[in-house]
Amino acid sequence: MADNYLIEAKGICKHFKKVKAVDGVDFSMTKGEYVALLGPNGAGKTTLVEMIEGIRSPDKGEILVKGRSTRDDKQSLYRILGISFQETRFLEKTTVEETIRLFASFYHQPGGKVEKVISLTGLEEKRKSYTKNLSGGQRQRLALAISLLNDPEILILDEPTTGLDPAARREIWNILLSLKEKHNTSLILTTHYMEEATQLCERIIIMDHGKFLAEGTFDELLQKMNLHDTASFSFEGIVPDRLLSESNGLKIDWDIDKGEGRCEMKNVATDMPLLFSLFEKNNLRLTGFEHRRPTLDDLFLLMTGRRLTEETE
Amino acid sequence: MRRNELWQLILVHFRELLREPGVLFWGIGFPILMAWGLGIAFTGNKETRKDIAIINYAEGGTLSKYMAEHATKGKDKEGREMFVFTINDPVFGKNIFRLLPVDSITANTGVKRGIFELMIDNRHDSTVFHLDPANSEARLLQLQLATVLDSKHTDKTFSEIKTVPLEVKGTRYIDFLVPGLLAMNVMMACLWGMSWTIIERRKGNMLRRMVVTPVHRRNILMGLMTARITMNFVEALLLMVFAWIYFDTVIQGSIAALLLVFIAGNIAFTGIAILVSSRTANTEVGNGIINFVNMPMMILSGIFFSYHNFPDWSIPVIQALPLTMLADGMRSIINEGAGIIAVLDKTVILTLVGVVTFGLGLKWFKWY
Repeated sequence: MADNYLIEAKGICKHFKKVKAVDGVDFSMTKGEYVALLGPNGAGKTTLVEMIEGIRSPDKGEILVKGRSTRDDKQSLYRILGISFQETRFLEKTTVEETIRLFASFYHQPGGKVEKVISLTGLEEKRKSYTKNLSGGQRQRLALAISLLNDPEILILDEPTTGLDPAARREIWNILLSLKEKHNTSLILTTHYMEEATQLCERIIIMDHGKFLAEGTFDELLQKMNLHDTASFSFEGIVPDRLLSESNGLKIDWDIDKGEGRCEMKNVATDMPLLFSLFEKNNLRLTGFEHRRPTLDDLFLLMTGRRLTEETE
Repeated sequence: MRRNELWQLILVHFRELLREPGVLFWGIGFPILMAWGLGIAFTGNKETRKDIAIINYAEGGTLSKYMAEHATKGKDKEGREMFVFTINDPVFGKNIFRLLPVDSITANTGVKRGIFELMIDNRHDSTVFHLDPANSEARLLQLQLATVLDSKHTDKTFSEIKTVPLEVKGTRYIDFLVPGLLAMNVMMACLWGMSWTIIERRKGNMLRRMVVTPVHRRNILMGLMTARITMNFVEALLLMVFAWIYFDTVIQGSIAALLLVFIAGNIAFTGIAILVSSRTANTEVGNGIINFVNMPMMILSGIFFSYHNFPDWSIPVIQALPLTMLADGMRSIINEGAGIIAVLDKTVILTLVGVVTFGLGLKWFKWY
């Protein structure tokens, strides 16, 4: 095994009755990497991370974390993992601080560590609150605080922001981004929010029906699928016939009747000025203009015919 | 449309119920089993048997003369001589009154253990009924027996009949009840308090969250057990103090022995609680399993009423139940003045029950 891999897994399969939850997946990550598993509900993301967490055993294949199988020696596995489940109901009438202190004792961490994770996750004002009185966002921050108690080398967060409002979501993102900057933590994040994946992770794995559909940085993924920026515009004026066939090397779809058009740009920096000069030269007056970057949702739609927000059937 | 709405609401609940086999078993199968079991135990034969202690039989009072004339002589299973009156009633079935001549220590111990509810003193010049006036069973028995005796005597056989409350410490019904309640509380607190907590935590992913740390799994359960046992101790202490102040109940035997058997009982029931809650994350199934363990002991172990009225064959089985052991052990210490040696066997067995059930529970325990 190559030493530079923090996690390495090959040909991982997991079946539940007749459902192939994870269907022959290869996964690896290196230190300091932030990896997103992006896919709709039911894609197999949770099953995959649960196998990495040692909670489930793969039917086929083996997962190595720092060269050791997740099947054995769970104690040392849990010393380096920081885990947050989709949902945990903490003891209801235990305060935030007491809950964190309980978990800190499992890692033999001193009280200073408790303070550190409380301030890191911004729970200072809630430290005396019972966990049952926390909002969804606060609850997730508590779960995150607990997962950070052991300064984990690998943080595994299963849909940490599902169901949260945008502000609460952004708070969690900020915590994760500062961790990356200051602690060189590695992260596996499952999500069905494309924005979350693009904001936080340099590597995105698109998952559906238990398989990896595509993998790479945001730009790489777009390039791989030949997805480009588009400019949509409306105009007044008469389009000369020659523009309809040859538009200065630009690929433009004209709708002359409506006075609209759409241009696909492989390189925005060069294509955008070309487009504007084309309008000027031909006396076309723009009445509306919109530039749109492609999203992972477009990508997913292209690959599966479904949107990310749709359930896997 | 309104009716359709109600119909749909009813329908979804039925579906939910019928699609959970555990709920189905514990909700329907278990009550039927209970009815069957209890029915067999209580209505199998229409025969009631009551044992009554006779003291000072040899003194030759009027009662002994009367019994020699009218009662059937027999031997009980320990070979002691006894006198039997059998009344066949078309409505109430067969009523058997067994009068056992015993010494006063045996009689008092029997009363403390619930074997006798009534004790008759066969004095030369009078016949004295001893019973706890607060015990309605005993009062009923006295009336029944008086009727039986009355129907048989033609001449003025009895010189004088008196009724006197029991005097010896530990013979009142409340004295019988307090140790039973202490034992029952241990069982209830463990099964409902611990098992329920475990099932809830499993359901809410809390157990799973705890075990994905380097925590020792055993300690998660040990922590829960220790907290429960401490609480049980405080509860028992308060109940004892209350019974002492309010009912004058005293601990006649060794406090060390009481502590020992109490701790052993706690070990047994915390172990059982772990085993009971080792698998399920469904509170309804949990409810059923807890009742399955809880109910038979509540009924059979002689908490409120003596188990000596159950058929002879069932007594050894009942005495082997953990709750019976704990209740009997504590009763013998509190009411009969027993010491450590007397409860050693129960202490050892209860501890073993706890260790074995804890071990099995831990082995089968479902953390996620």
